[in-house]
Amino acid sequence: MKNLISMRDLSKDEILHLMDIAGEIEKGNIVPDMQRKLAALLFFEPSTRTMFSFDTAMKRMNGNTVIMSGTKNTSAQKGESFADTLLTIAQYADIIIMRSPIEGSSRYAAEVVDIPVVNAGDGANQHPTQALLDLYSIVKTQGTLENLTIGLAGDLRFGRTVHSLAQAMALFGAKFKFFSPSFLQMPSYIKDDLAEKNIQFEECPELDGNLDDLDILYVTRVQRERFADPEEYEKARGSYILRKSMLDGVKDNLRVMHPLPRVDEIHTDVDVTQYAYYFQQAKNGVYTRQAIISILMGEV
Amino acid sequence: MKPVKLIKVNAIKNGTVIDHIPAGKVLKVVDLVNLTGENSVMIGMNLTSAKLGRKDIIKIENRVLSADEVNVIAMLAPEASLIIIKDFAVVSKQQLTIPREIDGLIVCPNPKCITNIEGIKSRFTLSSEDKKIVRCAYCEKKYEIDDVEMIV
Repeated sequence: MKNLISMRDLSKDEILHLMDIAGEIEKGNIVPDMQRKLAALLFFEPSTRTMFSFDTAMKRMNGNTVIMSGTKNTSAQKGESFADTLLTIAQYADIIIMRSPIEGSSRYAAEVVDIPVVNAGDGANQHPTQALLDLYSIVKTQGTLENLTIGLAGDLRFGRTVHSLAQAMALFGAKFKFFSPSFLQMPSYIKDDLAEKNIQFEECPELDGNLDDLDILYVTRVQRERFADPEEYEKARGSYILRKSMLDGVKDNLRVMHPLPRVDEIHTDVDVTQYAYYFQQAKNGVYTRQAIISILMGEV
Repeated sequence: MKPVKLIKVNAIKNGTVIDHIPAGKVLKVVDLVNLTGENSVMIGMNLTSAKLGRKDIIKIENRVLSADEVNVIAMLAPEASLIIIKDFAVVSKQQLTIPREIDGLIVCPNPKCITNIEGIKSRFTLSSEDKKIVRCAYCEKKYEIDDVEMIV
């Protein structure tokens, strides 16, 4: 693996290898050493959480980072081509980790520079490190990725996280339940992909009463700005807010995940239950990103 | 008396014939393949065809098409056949196939795609031959070939 651009590039074996390395890093059995290594974090659109997670991952391995956040006061604003910006940064750094609203920008970056490139999100397209940290969280809590029943809730239409997760879990024979307002349903191209792979899925009208067979419930934010009518928003979101009372009778191994930031789609009364896993999930992101960087830099 | 076989579009001595273009698509093909210049070009539209019912045809004298031109025609009309003529005889006939990798021939319809923003060469892969669906190698969006703009 030279770059990490898209989940579509990864085989099942590569995913499992990455999970193993993340696990060994977490247990302290592998201690990657990035001393004198420099990661350039190019965040052409702000994302504090993802940026912090990568920064932490690099520094936990004694590595260093240089950070560019936004495009203000950069050469891009002065009219420099994207390729020139990348080629210059590649002279300084050992790895480029980039987020951009431009779709396909990481793929292009990997073609332009000869150091590894990690896609930390390219518009509505891919966010593979989020998908991998989600998979790591699933394997850590369930002991396997095979044959699990996964509920995906919230904005399934625009949420790139749930798209990547659905596609990745399809490699492992998952069964899906989708919970979303009707106009934020999983897009047909994802459903077609799943159907082609004989993956079972069903669309459920609401969370309450439909959680008993789930191993994972992955909740995402339903954004107010997606709704033309504020009344519709108020009506819709009520059906997709997870409350502690809805968790009576669920499987013991159920874990509730969320990519964060959360607004109110998971009530805080869920936080104290054994099922809440979203903050540990964020911590898993650091181990997963350490594993990704180490593999790409040839350190493990 | 021997039946008279009428050839509605004149035979050419040397050049290329693109036969079995689905009826109605020939003008799109003409639009994309550069046919200006010295060569004679004959176009037949809505001719009867045993294979297609109705078909269009193009005959281009003294010209062999480039690989890119053939690939564009294959995307527009994969049913078509490409015939090379020398001294009024058919020297080769091939059924067109949509290439697996399509470089620089399609404009990605996604305005947020890097190919449109940085003006770099597009690259598509054939995702489904039956459904004629291609996927952008950069933004990864899928499109039906009939819905995309092509460039030669």
